[in-house]
Amino acid sequence: MARRENPEINAGSMADIAFLLLIFFLVTTTMNVDSGVSKKLSEKPPPDYVPPVIKEKNIFEVNINRNNELLVEDEAMEIKDLKDAAVEFIDNGGGLGKPGEDGTPGTKCDYCKGERSESSSDHPNKAIISVQSDRGTEYGTYIAVQNELLRAYTQLRNRLSKERYGVSYEELEKQYKDAKKSADTKSLVDQLKRKVEDIKVSYPQIISDAEPTS
Amino acid sequence: MSKFRKKKKGMPAVNTASLPDIVFMLLFFFMVTTTMRETDLRIENPRLPSATEIKKLEDKSLVSTIYVGKSKDPNRDGVGYNKIQLNDKIATADQVPNFIFSKRDKIAEALHPFMTTSIKADKESNVGTITDIRLKLRDVNALKVSYSTQKGSNN
Repeated sequence: MARRENPEINAGSMADIAFLLLIFFLVTTTMNVDSGVSKKLSEKPPPDYVPPVIKEKNIFEVNINRNNELLVEDEAMEIKDLKDAAVEFIDNGGGLGKPGEDGTPGTKCDYCKGERSESSSDHPNKAIISVQSDRGTEYGTYIAVQNELLRAYTQLRNRLSKERYGVSYEELEKQYKDAKKSADTKSLVDQLKRKVEDIKVSYPQIISDAEPTS
Repeated sequence: MSKFRKKKKGMPAVNTASLPDIVFMLLFFFMVTTTMRETDLRIENPRLPSATEIKKLEDKSLVSTIYVGKSKDPNRDGVGYNKIQLNDKIATADQVPNFIFSKRDKIAEALHPFMTTSIKADKESNVGTITDIRLKLRDVNALKVSYSTQKGSNN
């Protein structure tokens, strides 16, 4: 008697099944990576906290009213002009910087290219940008303002980084991140880290959100 | 002679035996890259504002998301662009601390300072609502916040 061969399973419809699954995943996939404007909130001050006295000239006041209009340093302004105004304020360098933590006196800003006007900020590390908005302000406008202010800082950081290290700050940060990821030599990572920190300290982002008016 | 005459002319069929393999490969790719939306949106998909100075959120497991926008069911939740959604319910700003605590429970204590709160708010919602959330976040020391935006173009 002849041995019976096992009949082969028909795999012709395998492709159809796989296609069906494939289409399902194609439709349900969302590939977008979450991204956004990141901010670090200040810690909650203790109840007996007395805010330090800050000179008027070191504060750059941005007011947004409920009609989404801007008042910058008591002057109406369009959002598109905000970046340049902020750059001018931060980069003024009219006086001495903040004294160091170990008591060393503050130094003049030798990398600033501003007008060194008496009536504007002393030093980038003293320059505070205060954003005051109304409760009824639209969120879109608020983000647009934050974005413009961040762009001002990015512009200054890029400029300084180009001067000191020959690459823009964004490029520098990317190099640092890549170096950290790929197991590069520690000295290289440290070197890049020092550069990034140096630029960050030179132009620290000080943007404070004042309580909104109702 | 008959041997030669037997030859049939005609197009040979394309071999499709490897088609399932190709399709499976694609299938696995999409299966691996897929992220399913974990929560049902009770609010309408927020129209995010756009910005240029944005950072990517690094570790998905350390991110908790708060949605702000217009309710899908105005009869129950009321109208306006200021509805806050935590998990899959419409809530108020007062419930934000509890929401953060419940997220923290699932994560090792050492990683708590790296937890980020992503606020996905519609561009027409009010800053007042966002401020309320921010104050509550500050109360519970959840200090890293990311305002979710689209990538805008450099003007």
